[in-house]
Parts: sequence; structure tokens; C-alpha cells
Amino acid sequence: MFRTCPRRWARCKTLWGYDAVIMIFGIPIQAFLGQLLIGLINGSFYAVLSLGLAIIFGLLRVINFAHGAQYMMGAFVGFLLLSWFGVNYWLALLLAPVVVGITGIAIERFALRRLYNLDHLYGLLFTFGLALVIEGGFRYFYGTSGQPYETPKLLSGGVNLGFMYLPIYRGWVVVASLIVCIGTWLLIEKTKLGAYLRAATENPKLVQSFGINVPFLLTLTYGLGAGLAAFAGIMAAPIYQVSPLMGSNLIIVVFAIVVVGGMGSIMGAIVTGYMLGILEGLTKVFYPEASNIVIFVIMAIVLLVRPAGLFGRDV
Amino acid sequence: MKKFAIASVAIMASAVAALPAQAELSDDIVKIGILNDQSGVYADFGGKWSFEAAKMAVEDFGGTVLGKPIEVITADHQNKPDVAANIARQWYDEEQVDSIMELTTSSVALAVQGISKEKKKIDIVTGAATTDLTGDQCSPYGFHWAYDTHALAVGTGGALVNNGGDSWFFLTADYAFGYSLEEQTGNFVKENGGKVVGSVRHPLGTNDYSSFLLQAQASGAKVIGLANAGLDTANAIKQASEFGIVQSGQRLAALLFTIAEVHGLGAEAAQGLSLTEGFYWDRNDDTRAFGKRFFDRTGRMPNTIQAGTYSAVLQYLKAIKETGTDETEAVAKALHEMPVNDVFAPNGKVGANGRMIYDMFLMEVKTPDEMQGDWDYYNVLDTVPGDKAFIDPAESGCSLASK
Repeated sequence: MFRTCPRRWARCKTLWGYDAVIMIFGIPIQAFLGQLLIGLINGSFYAVLSLGLAIIFGLLRVINFAHGAQYMMGAFVGFLLLSWFGVNYWLALLLAPVVVGITGIAIERFALRRLYNLDHLYGLLFTFGLALVIEGGFRYFYGTSGQPYETPKLLSGGVNLGFMYLPIYRGWVVVASLIVCIGTWLLIEKTKLGAYLRAATENPKLVQSFGINVPFLLTLTYGLGAGLAAFAGIMAAPIYQVSPLMGSNLIIVVFAIVVVGGMGSIMGAIVTGYMLGILEGLTKVFYPEASNIVIFVIMAIVLLVRPAGLFGRDV
Repeated sequence: MKKFAIASVAIMASAVAALPAQAELSDDIVKIGILNDQSGVYADFGGKWSFEAAKMAVEDFGGTVLGKPIEVITADHQNKPDVAANIARQWYDEEQVDSIMELTTSSVALAVQGISKEKKKIDIVTGAATTDLTGDQCSPYGFHWAYDTHALAVGTGGALVNNGGDSWFFLTADYAFGYSLEEQTGNFVKENGGKVVGSVRHPLGTNDYSSFLLQAQASGAKVIGLANAGLDTANAIKQASEFGIVQSGQRLAALLFTIAEVHGLGAEAAQGLSLTEGFYWDRNDDTRAFGKRFFDRTGRMPNTIQAGTYSAVLQYLKAIKETGTDETEAVAKALHEMPVNDVFAPNGKVGANGRMIYDMFLMEVKTPDEMQGDWDYYNVLDTVPGDKAFIDPAESGCSLASK
């Protein structure tokens, strides 16, 4: 696995541009570390998105296909706040999840709620249709080539880590997403509100008889899930083009991550998000053509070997 | 094929002979259909703005031809050849459409050109890139009006080498279009004394390019060629700026990119990008006047495809006026023979294979400080003469052109 370079020094240098000595799987360790870090950054987006999906599925039993559209809306709300009201990135980071969360609450309150008693399939179909409508609407008004969104001044530029040039903003993405993931996990696993939520999914009637407003809790949960998607969206705005299609590209991958992690498992979604981000990043170096299917290959294997997912409990 | 060619020549000859007698229109109206992607990944490429450009051409022409009204209709083909084929048949068979134009997406353009040939109708492609349209799948009634992959490769590949970009690394979309763009551009790079040091293939619709960009950066190539399209290219450019690739001295070259996408990225992210276009609004008084009129109607400046559609519609109407009929053979003959002289192609000509030959431009996107106004995006680095930009009709592989 480890190999030194000197004999192939010239080739090492021309291929990778590094004064490389140690090689891992045939590439210089510097390049390897760079790719690991990039995988971690992408994993951050996966983690936040799959976390929202897992919460919604875990507590509402709804397969939220509108998640990608809500992610896109988060980025667009940030863009619109900036271009209409001059609201900066930092405020948008707070406002975008709130705005999208409120639309999520409205969706749950007026539509999704009516489907709880039906087969899961209806929730899936409804949110899928909703996603198409939302994306189509944005596409009609804003076209497809996307809107510009600049990196906030405070986080622009980058640092040279020796093995790669790390844009400061990307570092921020990792930190922010870790904070949000851990915070959400604590909220659900360690607080009273979280305990109510978990209890309400186990036995809604019983919890309701203790005087707890279960429908309200579920509404809140969907709002929270949508808000998480929007948070990922506004974080993505300076990196990816703010485009009506940005969510539809991502949502399928995120679904695969939730399946690998175990449907409804919150910790599973977070850990799997980071893990598969890294795996995908490495695939981009060793066999780039496979980088968009590697997650699905893992999904297929996990489904065969452990149908409940890596972190899921057998039902 | 040969028999067909002889037959078509015979038909053409008889049509010409019959000209003076039929100075009239088939159904008292000239109907032009603008068929393109209006909701998918190429919706900003031409989209509903091409339809607007077509309507502008009709208005500039005077609204009538030979005393009869002109109508422009439009539809969204969703980038699906089967959908496009159905619309084309319906337009030709039931709605008296005389000509279909724009046709973004190569697969769609080839399908509709096939139908047009079968129905003996004129099609003028401005939105698709493949050189096959005027190569082995050429049609006596088919025309390719704006850019093509060859012109993009010559412009960006060849001309950029002469401007100092002599070593290349390609970021290529992993499908046929990406390969052919990479191959053609690579050939021109080598022909002009440059070299290709490596390439990496990414799946279509990739969100994150940082991994690929690091590989490109490490290659030390002077130019990173983006052999992809649409949102893929935009994301790659945006992330390249994030990783300081242009600032550190490497150059980005987008092989298929227009001012519409540059505007979508913003000058901050797109600065320093090299690309080839067939039209830029800020080149002379005529283009500025046209750009301004287009902007007043649409809120955006026209790109190659939209300005090309304007030119195609205008030239088609001129050809009808010239021949005094909308009969396909006569109009096609006139289109082949008449010089093109409008704001899009001031000295264009049409080859026997249907390729409209005109000058293209190698552009570089300005830095935000250099920009004087909202759409002031390009410095024109070089002009690529039409004869160099496009394949010589005789060598295009089109049976109509090889004699």
C-alpha cells in the first residue's frame, strides 16, 4: 500500500505536481489527503440532507421526495433575499431555513396531514409531484443556467495546507454542518421535546392522552426537516450554481445514503453521509467514471446483506 | 444514395425551370416553427428567447412577405427526439408549417432534419452542435446556421494555443458529446503545436468538481478545457474560481458556453474564462443596436443561438421574397446561393452541404473591474475566419457537396 517515489520521481512530479515521497495506492499521499478532505466536505452536505430526510421518515413515516426542491428553495431564498433586500449571507443562513421551514409547515398542515392514514406511497407521490411543481415554477421564472451567489467576504480566499489549497468557505461548510448535525441529534435524543417526538411516533394515541399535541409535533418536525434542507441549500449557494435543477441532481444520492444508513436512523444518516462522501471522493481519483454510481453499488450491497441498513434496527 | 442525388438534382432543375410561373405562397401564409428546449438543461441556451428573436426578425422584415402574413409558432421538445419528431410531423402535416428552426440538442436536430428531408421541408439548425448535420446526414433542405463542434474546437483549441495556452488538461463529460469535443479540440491543440497532458472523465450532472479540479491543477497544464455543457460547465467554473485556479495562473476554457451562462455565473466567478461564440453584442454599432433592442424585449443580451435564429429567419424570408414562392426546392436553392449579410453574419455564405460559413470569435471574460456595464462581459481575443472555423464543404462527408 505504501510505496516511495524516488525511482519514479520525474513521473510523480509531472503527474501530480508534488514533491511526493510516500505513495498510497499509487498516488502521492498529499493528493490522497486532499481528496479525503474534499470527500469530507461533500459528505457534510450529504449528512445535513440525509439527516432531514431521516427525521421526516423516522417521525412522520413520509418519504419526502420534495427534499431536493426544499434544498433548492433554501439556496433561492438566499439569492432572492440578497438581490431584493440586500440581505447578506449570514442573515440568510438564519432566514432561509425559517422561510422554507414555514412553507414546509404549511404543506404539512394543509396537505401532507391528510395522507398519514393512507399507504406510504401516497406521501411519496404527493411530495414527488410537489417537487416537480416547485422546480418547474422556479425554472419558468429563472431559467436553468443558474444565478450567481458570491462567497461572503469573511470566508473568501483560502489557506495552503501543504497538501492542498483549501478554500476557507469549504472548511466552514464542514464545521457548520457538524454543528447542525450534532445539535439536531442532541435535540431529538437528549431533550424533552425530542422525547415527546420519539414517543409520539411509537404510540401517538398514548402520548396524546397525556395532553401532548401530537399533530402539532408532527407539523413542527416536517418544518424542521424542510428547514434543514434549506440550510444545506444556502450553504451550497456559494459553491454550486443556484439553479432550479440543483436539488433534483442530489436527492437520489441522498436517498441512497438514508437507505444505507437505515431508514429513520438519525445517527445512521449523519455517519453514512460523511462516510459515503469520502468514498465518493476517493472514487473520483481512482475511477472517476464510477463516481456517480459507487453510492448505489454500496446501497445494493447493504440491502442484500443488511436490509435494515447499517445503523437501522430490524422491524 | 447516388440515385437519390441525381434525382434531387433533376427535381431541382425542374423546379428552377418552373419558377416564374409559381410566384405565390402555398397556403397564403408563411409559417415558421421554433422548436427547442424551453424547460430543461438547455432552456437558457436558446429557449423562449430564440422565439423572441424569430419574432424580431419577422417584424424587421416588415411582417409580411409577398403580401401575405408571416406567423411564428413555438414548442418545447424537452430534449427528446421522439417528442420533437411528433411535433415536427404534426407541424408539417396538419399546421402548414413551412420551416422548422432552432432545434437545440444534436439528437433532436438530426431527427427533425430527417423528417424535414422526407417531407421536403426546410430546416435551419441554430441550437445544435453536431457537424453530422452537414456531414454524412446532410439534407438538400437542411441548413446549419450558428456554431458547430468543429468551430468551437478550432476557436477555443486552435486559437488559444496561439495565444499562449499550449498545454491542456481536459475535464470531460462522460458521454459521446464530451468525447467528441475533447477529441476534436485536442487535435487542434496538437496541430497548433500544443500538447494534451491528461484528462479526467466525470459523470453527466456531477455537482462537485473539486476533486477533478485538484487533479487538473496538479497536472500543471496551462489550460483546463471543459468538454461538457450547461450546468456542468457552470459548476466547474464556479468551483475553479473557489480553488483559486485562474488566479494561480491556469486558464479555463469552456468548449460550449455562451453569454447567457456567463451571466448566470457572474463576472466574479467567470473572469478569465476563454470561450468561442459566433456573436457578441458589443462589437460594432449594428450589434449594439440589435443587442439593445433584444434586451428591451427580453431583459438579456442575445447569445450566438438567439442571434443566429434571428439571422436564419430573416434569411429564409429574404429567400422567399427573392424567389417569389415558398416552394421548398426554390427556397433551398436561393438559401444556398444568396450571400448572408445581416447583423449576425455580415459576410456569410452557405456551402453546398448547408453549412453557413461566417466568422467566429475567441472571447475572454473580463474581470469585474474591467466591466463597464451589466452585460459587458467579453474581450475579443481573436477572430476565427469562417473558412477556418468550419469544415470545407467538399470534405464534410456530405454527398451533396462532394463532386
